[in-house]
Amino acid sequence: MSPRLVEVRQNVLRHNDVVARELRQRFHEAGVYVVSLVSSPGSGKTAFLEKTLTLMRPDYRVAALVGDLATDNDAARLARSQAPVRQITTGTLCNMEAAMVRDALEGWDLDRLDFLFIENVGNLVCPSSYDIGEDLRVVLLSVTEGEDKPLKYPTIFNTADLAVLTKMDLAEAVEFDLAAAECNVQRVRPGMPLLKVSSKNGSGMGEWLQFLTSVNAGWLDR
Amino acid sequence: MNAVHLKLGRLAGIVKDALLSSYELACEGTSLQGSRLVIEEIPIVVYCPKCLELRTLHTVQWFACPECKSPVSDVIQGRELQVVALEIQE
Repeated sequence: MSPRLVEVRQNVLRHNDVVARELRQRFHEAGVYVVSLVSSPGSGKTAFLEKTLTLMRPDYRVAALVGDLATDNDAARLARSQAPVRQITTGTLCNMEAAMVRDALEGWDLDRLDFLFIENVGNLVCPSSYDIGEDLRVVLLSVTEGEDKPLKYPTIFNTADLAVLTKMDLAEAVEFDLAAAECNVQRVRPGMPLLKVSSKNGSGMGEWLQFLTSVNAGWLDR
Repeated sequence: MNAVHLKLGRLAGIVKDALLSSYELACEGTSLQGSRLVIEEIPIVVYCPKCLELRTLHTVQWFACPECKSPVSDVIQGRELQVVALEIQE
């Protein structure tokens, strides 16, 4: 007998998409705005997040989830900001999945939060395919990585809502070509806003907080 | 099971060859062992706000209309990762 073709039409990541949708619904009901951070390893996500939590804590109720394959070093670093922090260790997985976020939130009262930050595993490939229920996806690029990162990893840049250039205090030393970086970001994601920061000396952090406050205000008015 | 038919968008973040080789490994010892993975690659289609037309992009590194060169951000197609059909031998 000839083979029979059975139509399925099912997304491979359907289960993740369903969990992410449920999470987003929960976040919206609780009024917590969720920001995820993606980048390659070593681009300064944790330093940026530590600074962000410290600066926001006087005015907002903030918390963070941080993902790594192993160790809870990043959670320990972030805890210095005094904000509630939980580590997600993904084992051998190179990205977070929505179910890991859901499980890590167990016992947290989301109603008591204004902002939740989720630091994804350092990786510019795998996280691009997974929705984890965030409202804003921020892709970080440090000046030491080179201006052409957006062209090398277009998919992750294309799925992000905001690009943040980190380690700007080193830009001159590494002869970073800012115009080229901006042009490359715009090529793979036309219209995406781009911020320039240094977590070390604090430059640009004011604009970043302003950006967050304004997107959050728009979101609360929705 | 003879084959699994899959749609794979160029913006799905998955490399076709890597998927093919991992498919074989993942199927070992299961009822899918020996089956084929048939991948249909889906090009990136965007909407050009200037031409008011759907356009196919030939690169993932430049989101611009291939005709008028305007920046395009409205992705209509190309993020698919979908099992379309199963081919079963009865």
